[in-house]
Amino acid sequence: MAGELSYSITVNDADHAVAAPAAATLLEVLRADLALTGTKRGCDQGVCGACTVLADGKPVRACLMLAANCTGVDIVTVEGLGSGGALNDLQEAFVAEGAIQCGFCTPGMLLSVTALLDERPRATVAEIRAAISGNLCRCSGYTKIVEAVARLTGALR
Amino acid sequence: MSGEAGIVGTSVPRLDARHKAAGLARYSDDLTLPGMLFGAIAGSPHAHARIVAYDTSEARAVPGVIAVITGDDFGWHRGGGHIEDETLLAKGKVRYVGEPVAAVAATDRKTAERAARLVSIEYEELAAVLSIDDAMAPDAPIIHEDFESYHKKMPMRCAGNECWTASVAEGDVDGAWGECEVIVEGTFETQAQHHLYMEPAAALADVDMNGKVTMWSPSQGVHYSQHRTAQVLGLPMSKVRAVTPAVGGGFGGRAGPNVQPIAAALALACGRPVKIVLSRSADFETMRSRHPSRIRLKLGAKRDGTLVAIEGEMLFDGGAYADESPAVSSFALMMGRGPYRIPHVSIRGRAFYTNKLRAGSFRGFGNPQSAFARECLLDDLAAEIAMDPVELRLHNAMKPGERWLGGQPVASCGVIECIEKVRSRMASDRAADTAKPAPGKIRGIGFSAFAHISSFLSSGAMVQLVEDGTIAVNTGAMDMGQGADTILAQICAEALQVPMEAISYAVADSDTSPDNYKSVGSRTTYTTGRAVLAASNEVRDKIIEHASEMLECAAVDLELLPGGRVAVKGVPERSVPFAAVAGRSLYRTGGPITGTHTFLFDGPPFDPARARLEGIAFGNMGAYIFGAQAVEVEVDEATGAVTVTGAWVAADVGRAINPAAVEGQLQGGFVQGMGYALTEEMVWDSGRLANPTLMDYKIPGVLDSPHDIVAMIVEDPEPTGPFGAKGVGEPALVGVAPAVRNAIANATGARLAKLPLTPERVFGALRQR
Repeated sequence: MAGELSYSITVNDADHAVAAPAAATLLEVLRADLALTGTKRGCDQGVCGACTVLADGKPVRACLMLAANCTGVDIVTVEGLGSGGALNDLQEAFVAEGAIQCGFCTPGMLLSVTALLDERPRATVAEIRAAISGNLCRCSGYTKIVEAVARLTGALR
Repeated sequence: MSGEAGIVGTSVPRLDARHKAAGLARYSDDLTLPGMLFGAIAGSPHAHARIVAYDTSEARAVPGVIAVITGDDFGWHRGGGHIEDETLLAKGKVRYVGEPVAAVAATDRKTAERAARLVSIEYEELAAVLSIDDAMAPDAPIIHEDFESYHKKMPMRCAGNECWTASVAEGDVDGAWGECEVIVEGTFETQAQHHLYMEPAAALADVDMNGKVTMWSPSQGVHYSQHRTAQVLGLPMSKVRAVTPAVGGGFGGRAGPNVQPIAAALALACGRPVKIVLSRSADFETMRSRHPSRIRLKLGAKRDGTLVAIEGEMLFDGGAYADESPAVSSFALMMGRGPYRIPHVSIRGRAFYTNKLRAGSFRGFGNPQSAFARECLLDDLAAEIAMDPVELRLHNAMKPGERWLGGQPVASCGVIECIEKVRSRMASDRAADTAKPAPGKIRGIGFSAFAHISSFLSSGAMVQLVEDGTIAVNTGAMDMGQGADTILAQICAEALQVPMEAISYAVADSDTSPDNYKSVGSRTTYTTGRAVLAASNEVRDKIIEHASEMLECAAVDLELLPGGRVAVKGVPERSVPFAAVAGRSLYRTGGPITGTHTFLFDGPPFDPARARLEGIAFGNMGAYIFGAQAVEVEVDEATGAVTVTGAWVAADVGRAINPAAVEGQLQGGFVQGMGYALTEEMVWDSGRLANPTLMDYKIPGVLDSPHDIVAMIVEDPEPTGPFGAKGVGEPALVGVAPAVRNAIANATGARLAKLPLTPERVFGALRQR
């Protein structure tokens, strides 16, 4: 189709062939073309953090990334955290602590924290708060989210 | 009525938490249907104008456009809450910038949006009414000329742009001022706040060959969505079905229709599914806000702090359509006296139409505005008589058995315990914190106490014993993240003494769920919970009846055992499992075992011998909940910036069905209340919303929030509540803004009266000291 680019992107360790308009964001391609709807659209302006995914291990706003610029980049979405129908330790910690209410901010929060824990597995409360400072949550007041991660890292017993 | 199965009172993980953690919960924009089209909305560019003519030819000509609809395609079908004043799309007039005027369905989102911009409408601009003062002006343009003819749930005569008037009075306020040794008065102003649920408004609608439309959307009540959609489409409700998928937050913003009726209308026009998802800006501009208010309040007391009289007038800016203005303004009055004994009360309320976004339900529902004025004035009174503000509140705080404003006796009332807990925990936490504020920053502490209700109108529940002995529950209540599904399942599991895994909790569906008046007003735990408990008990009774025949034993000698069994009391080996009872009922005798309970809130009514109520848009309400809030702030004297460095809240919830869920509500409500107190304000510039983005409308992030939000649960059981429980969703927010304002006054001496307490306003007040 005219105006479309064809390329391949790697998401959760799987390669996907994409044909999409040049201006398509990573968020649009993930949700519509790859049917990975776990990454959420909260504002489409890069502020709320609900669309946070990892690009080569770093948290990025999928709504601000052009999908076509993601060739050769390792993208990780919330669907790539657990495996074989099981949740990973971080996801389990969120569940156990009551850190999930409406759940819309949860995927973005999980990815931001994943990036932190990959670098700082014993992160302090201050580091945890800094890591999620770009993820807005309207339901929880952030307390139980921070507590869930802090229990995992040992910052809270 | 304590639970033995250990499920009620335990922080069991939420039913949907694992799904949400995996990113597999499906919200409305995650759903697709074969042949699905995308809808886009064209909004009014004017705050107030007559619609002269439509030209949709250019829009229709865009390749990929399947349907274009305008108000001309529908009859004068109006829908609404207490006042039916809204049509599906603007018809005849537009009344706020962004009001949906036309809608387009097309094969993709961008085509739909492009075509929506090509709908050409000729308007005759009218002068706009943009504030309460504008609305009250004697020569103000009238926004709803046909107001007299609108169908209303209660008769209401209004003048000019008034949308509702109400009043509440007890005792003799005029005579009481003479008794007062000190009188304080103030005028307080509060702003429009936006719910800012993280999931923008959306709806997917599909039609069948019988002309029945189904809508999947975030809403706070499937039956309410069904009703309101049917109203504005002019269809019987049998042709409309509403379902909720996962919902990304509500807070009252989903308590009225969002884009469901428009999606439904497009689906009917196309004969295909249509999905509309609003951008964040469109959501800001077209859904609903909290009511801005201006409240004048006068409080009289004795020198020893005994409160004698409270009098005032509360004015609400209701925006372009009535939505919940009648109920919000009424509720603000009914909460006006607060959790205190004040024998003489006279408060009037008025709500006005203006040419701005409609104001509607928002966590607190008039109580945040009402409590802000009262709790600030109480602190002003305390300062006037040199009394500690906490002692002033304790001195006047209600005790169990005393009466709420309006005359209802309140059986469960833990406000004194809440105030004392908050004071003592704050004191000990602060004593342990030896860090001094940074240079240029001063610290202060502030308090508030508050109350709310947790029941009104009707709910129902159906519980069924399934063939293998597990249990199915269907309630029509709705979980927007607050945890209602889990709590209601816990109540059933406790009543039948089965594990949570044995409960199958149905998705709310207007086709199959009992009518449940919206998950609003903190009413779900108490109201729907009561229905679930009674329905579960009916199932228990029927199970026992079968078991008594199977075990050849009188029913009174039987008991439930944990894990789904019925046994002879004291003889556990003589028992039958639920599955055996189910099999007997399905195949041998009796038929499927179900329990149903529905009711309309039946607490003690208002007492016309004690209180004079006019225009109060509530037939009855109750299951009063109580709480207290304390905050510690740091004020930057150079900039006026305020940081909340500590927060303590205690809430009397009767009984915490799921303690972690209660804490989650208290903590989340605190931060949302902190936004209301300090940074959030919808700003209009000549009728256009100037800050409809997250960049310009600031909600608190984690770094804006205190490290610890200490949430303490107080349990003074409500005798009529399920296992003693009442609600908690809204009070979590109600006490925050006044506590913050009072803390700023404590730190600096500056007594502010206008929300939000921005750095500019605080700085200005500091300079005037």
